[in-house]
Amino acid sequence: MTITDAPRIVSSRLRRPRSWTLESYLAGGGYDGLRAALAMTPQQVHDHVNTANILGRGGAGFEAGRKWGMLRKALPVYLTINGDESEPATFKDHALIEGDPHQLIEGALICAYAIAADQVFLYVRGEFALAIERLQAALNEAYAYGAVGANIFGGDFSVDVVVHPGAGAYICGEETALLESLEGKRGYPRIKPPYFPAAIGLYGAPTIVNNVETVSNLPWLMLHGGDEYAALGEGRSKGTKMLALAGHVKRPGNYELEWAKVSFRELIYDPRLGGGIRDDNELKAFIPGGVSSPWLGPEHLDVLLANDAIAAVGSMAGSGSVVAMDHTACPVRAAWRIVRFFHRESCGQCTPCREGGGWLEKILERIETGQGREADLDLLMDVCDNISPGVTWPPAQTTICVLGPSMPPSVAAGIRMFRDEYLAHVREGRCPFPPDRLPRRLSRV
Amino acid sequence: MPRLSPPFEQRARDLIGLYPHPRSALVPILHLLQEQDGYLTEDGMAHVAELLDLAPAEVRGTATFYDMFHFEPVGKYLVAVCTNIACMLQGAYRLLDHAEERLGIAPGGTTEDGMFTLEDAECLALCGNGPCVTVNWRYFGDLDPDGFDALIDDLRAGRLDDEVPPHGTLGRVRRSVGTPGTEARVATEARTDGHSPAPAGAEPAAAAPAGAGQQGARPPVTLDTHRSTAAVSSVDAAHLEGLQ
Repeated sequence: MTITDAPRIVSSRLRRPRSWTLESYLAGGGYDGLRAALAMTPQQVHDHVNTANILGRGGAGFEAGRKWGMLRKALPVYLTINGDESEPATFKDHALIEGDPHQLIEGALICAYAIAADQVFLYVRGEFALAIERLQAALNEAYAYGAVGANIFGGDFSVDVVVHPGAGAYICGEETALLESLEGKRGYPRIKPPYFPAAIGLYGAPTIVNNVETVSNLPWLMLHGGDEYAALGEGRSKGTKMLALAGHVKRPGNYELEWAKVSFRELIYDPRLGGGIRDDNELKAFIPGGVSSPWLGPEHLDVLLANDAIAAVGSMAGSGSVVAMDHTACPVRAAWRIVRFFHRESCGQCTPCREGGGWLEKILERIETGQGREADLDLLMDVCDNISPGVTWPPAQTTICVLGPSMPPSVAAGIRMFRDEYLAHVREGRCPFPPDRLPRRLSRV
Repeated sequence: MPRLSPPFEQRARDLIGLYPHPRSALVPILHLLQEQDGYLTEDGMAHVAELLDLAPAEVRGTATFYDMFHFEPVGKYLVAVCTNIACMLQGAYRLLDHAEERLGIAPGGTTEDGMFTLEDAECLALCGNGPCVTVNWRYFGDLDPDGFDALIDDLRAGRLDDEVPPHGTLGRVRRSVGTPGTEARVATEARTDGHSPAPAGAEPAAAAPAGAGQQGARPPVTLDTHRSTAAVSSVDAAHLEGLQ
């Protein structure tokens, strides 16, 4: 298939007038997927998801059907939708919740039916105020329509859905932190094992945590079947993927594309997609799957956007967020901003993350402001090694969750790819990149 | 220092009724408290602790984890400038510099007239429209310094009141029903596992908020975005039409 003829599975309705209303949703066949699911047995729904091989769209890429199959046999069962999208430069779930909240509700209900959930919680990042409002309005409509609550569409299945706002904490996107937060506590990731909330989750009960985009696939899947879904994509990467393209491209935005069929070159340069680098500048590097992932360079442009293909070159597909940087981008400044983010968002439970992040930020800041030393490059790598031993990919871990190990990749990739530019900061005593792009008061922020 | 007023307390009790365990309502109730007062007061948090049968320290200890909660008064408009990687590459620090000069405050500060508080924010997930700003968590994308000035002028003149509610108001849409499905299940299914959602059943008064969201005359909320930037603006319409 080419770029142009794959179906839009999750994004087809996003730009329709008043797309968030029941009226608009029903005009596009809304809730037919739920009706189709309710006409099947829960196992049949689960079988379609297994056939489709939907990989979780939140970043880890775990098979959704396999996750559902790990549910501990106990009551009650909870379903929690992870809408806490906060990974820098990832903005797909924000659009999906705000633009098509009924699709999310319908997808969550299909999942709830398949796993016999007793209650569903839609955890939405607190900053997404309009999305929360539209989702609550959509849920009110769905209750009145009979699609949620007692005896859905007159049948035997009953389940309630609650919209739960977060309050500003990146770490709550980590599923065990999300559950702690949903229990009304600080968003501290839980110590593993137990590894899977499917065994011990919300209030200790078996819980499935699925990403917004993951369950937004389900209405289409119920209407078209697992085989048709699996015909899209290649290998493990089936279906389509929302790709959030940002940075120095002419047309940043969300593009839903068939998975494993489109290269980074096409995504960044195709005139219908990214449209090329701004001012027709030279591409310097790109971050392929969220700022936790190791950077790639122009030599990787022909890598396909697919889990295995990206893993083969030492990075990850992650959340599907791609950030392009042109030749004016400073690798020290970019790494500094990414590390600063993780340091700010560290929950503070684990020393390597809490302290290491601060040291990385300080050292990068001093290099960027021209106060660095050549030995700082080794020092940076040493701190990275203490956070994630070996600084390998996938990263080793000395911490409860992967937030800490998300810091080294941007530092290590920057030093590996642009060592001369790091050293130029030290030798010239200043950042060699254009001053108009420079944060004027870096040391203050 | 205020506690939750009776209407807000009722809304808090309705929220508690939605969850199997009352404490899950803590963060949503703290949003209510912030909606009432613009920030979280000690007395308000103590009241929330009473409602949830928690120690005040448990409430405060949870609240302080979350960036959206404020413990001192903030301006009528909380202006958050995203400076994370995607916006930074699009000139966010120049925008933040401009915002500091225009408002005469540094990040964390509030203007003397109490209108604006400035924040240097982490990624706000509007990266297709960088640099972006939120005002009381309503989004404004593709902002250059001139656009920022126009935004401030519009806010001062009250021209954005329909889309930007006062600070603290997270959701203008209230839930219209309780949890009829869960109640039906509890009534019809034998629960033998010891995990039955007891709080909802044990406190029927708190578990029956049906229709509570409709109480009181409230102006209709259209949920349209005429002036602010919708998240879906980053999904290219021509792209979608071309690919249908």
